[in-house]
Amino acid sequence: MTEYAIEARNAVKAFGQGDVAVRALDDVSIQIRKGEFFTLLGPSGCGKTTLLRLIAGFETPTSGQILLDGQDITALPPNRRPVNTVFQSYALFPHLTVAQNVAFGLQMLGRPRAEVDRTVERMLALVKLEPMAGRKTSQLSGGQQQRVALARALAPTPKVLLLDEPLSALDLKLRKEMQVELKRLQTETGITFVFVTHDQEEALTMSDRIGVMSAGKLQQVGAPREIYTTPVNRFVASFIGETNFLPAVLGATGAVLGSGDVLALSTGGKTGPATLAVRPEQVRLVPAGEPGSLPATITGWVYFGTDTHVHLALRDGTEVVARLQSGATGDSALTKGEAVGLRFTDGALQILGD
Amino acid sequence: MADRNFSATRIPGFATIAVAAFVVLYLPIFTLVIYAFNAGQSIAVWEGISFHWFAKAWANEAVKSATLRSLIIAVSASAIATSVATMAALGTTRRPAFRGQTFIYVMINQPLMVPEIVTAVALLIFFGVIKQATGYQGLGYLILAHTAFCIPFAYLPIRARLEGMDLSLETAAADLYASDWQTFRFVTLPLLFPGIIAGAMLAFVISLDDVVITEFVKAGGQDTLPTYMLGQMRRAITPEVNAISTGLLALTVVLLTAFFLLTRKKG
Ligand SMILES: Nc1ncnc2c1ncn2[C@@H]1O[C@H](COP(=O)(O)OP(=O)(O)O)[C@@H](O)[C@H]1O
Ligand SMILES: [Mg+2]
Repeated sequence: MTEYAIEARNAVKAFGQGDVAVRALDDVSIQIRKGEFFTLLGPSGCGKTTLLRLIAGFETPTSGQILLDGQDITALPPNRRPVNTVFQSYALFPHLTVAQNVAFGLQMLGRPRAEVDRTVERMLALVKLEPMAGRKTSQLSGGQQQRVALARALAPTPKVLLLDEPLSALDLKLRKEMQVELKRLQTETGITFVFVTHDQEEALTMSDRIGVMSAGKLQQVGAPREIYTTPVNRFVASFIGETNFLPAVLGATGAVLGSGDVLALSTGGKTGPATLAVRPEQVRLVPAGEPGSLPATITGWVYFGTDTHVHLALRDGTEVVARLQSGATGDSALTKGEAVGLRFTDGALQILGD
Repeated sequence: MADRNFSATRIPGFATIAVAAFVVLYLPIFTLVIYAFNAGQSIAVWEGISFHWFAKAWANEAVKSATLRSLIIAVSASAIATSVATMAALGTTRRPAFRGQTFIYVMINQPLMVPEIVTAVALLIFFGVIKQATGYQGLGYLILAHTAFCIPFAYLPIRARLEGMDLSLETAAADLYASDWQTFRFVTLPLLFPGIIAGAMLAFVISLDDVVITEFVKAGGQDTLPTYMLGQMRRAITPEVNAISTGLLALTVVLLTAFFLLTRKKG
């Protein structure tokens, strides 16, 4: 037995041929653990849906393998994979009632009537839609349709549930509610969820682990905190949260910034040109000239309520944003053009590959 | 602000022209129906109300057998045409565009474009050869001919219905463990059903009132209701023809009304 519910090995999916071919997935290898809430995060067009469709069996990979529970399922058609999908458009059957929609998978599996009825009842209770059992799906609101889609996909107790941007069509308030709801369903059922989103906040708050994708490639896989605090490259750092990028040249004991300032930092033996990344909340302002601080000038600020983003320029003009708790400084203390010192929280500076 | 939308209803004389058009369209039919109830022998001189001609037509063995033949042909031809059209529609819409697709559309809709009289003559000659070779003289020729020209009428509503259907529904069915056959049986077919019924009814009506092709293809003694009536026209015309026409009209109106009700309702 394996600890992975789903594995993709060197999965490649190309659409079209010759000059017009698009590599929607470019050599993606990923391992999704049993029972985890795994999120595929990336901008539109990066290949998230394509990866889900390969797992569900709606597409066959150009090369590579898909494994479920350690078994190679690359050649299995979708109806023979114990995997269910919540579609972005919901794809509810308009000619069936809510209960009939939820029952569909179990009926196709040939389960006995009594079992189907019992499961449908349980599923409708799980998504709080019992009173709607006899309705046509067209008579439901967007949020309710979303729940039916969830119940329908969960009813056959799949080994893996695939969710393709299921919340993107909902308004903000409903989306927040459904985020909590989804997380609850995942914990209650213990089913492995593979959740697709392009919303980094959604990914950070909901996931056990996140796989960040860009241009058909998997960039980084890790827990939300790991992805946020130690992004492996510039793409991940900029896609998730806000980040300051500082061009630098690495030496044995530290880095020389474009401004000529020297930062002490363990480079792990790397030398040469690199980019340093630091989150705005890890930048602190200190009085100008304080030993070990970087000289900078305040160029402006934006007030966000709980915190204030202070825009600064290093001596060579490199922009740095510092996020300060609004109470801590008091806006009155800030003056445009004022010379200040910058300090970074210990361990905050990340050396990025490209 | 002036209304920028163009509307034909504001053209001077619109109402007059509309009324005139309706009169021209419906007055003859109205007259035909009225004289079906004429007590006298004439289709032009009114002599009082009677159901006499309906009774006479009903008792007429030739009318009975022609009606039966018409129904057999229309039911068979529309059933076959609808099945073929359903498959053709599935074949032409359930897949990405392919080379030669337009050509296939043209082929399917060919009976709509070739003049009916040309098809009729062609079939007369073609079936003549087959009759010579096989000796078969039955209704099969008429059913086959009617099937051919009914296909496009059955095809169009079915294809329209299919094109409006969300492809992801079939993907969802497969995702929920339905085999190809189950997906067709439990998802595609029920969603397609209004289109299929509409197509079948249209085909039925088209077959029921065909004259030209039937007249050329039929063997002796194979009159359908329309060709029987045409034959009657060559003799003394009595309101019996009006009565038969009225019956045919009633049937057609009922079917077409059902057709519009079915195609109008979505979902
Ligand atoms: N059926 C297809 N035919 C051609 N190109 C496709 C097809 N499906 C996806 N693509 C292309 O593959 C890339 C990835 O698409 P997709 O997986 O849908 O991205 P995402 O879900 O991350 O937005 C896009 O460039 C898209 O245009
Ligand atoms: Mg997508």
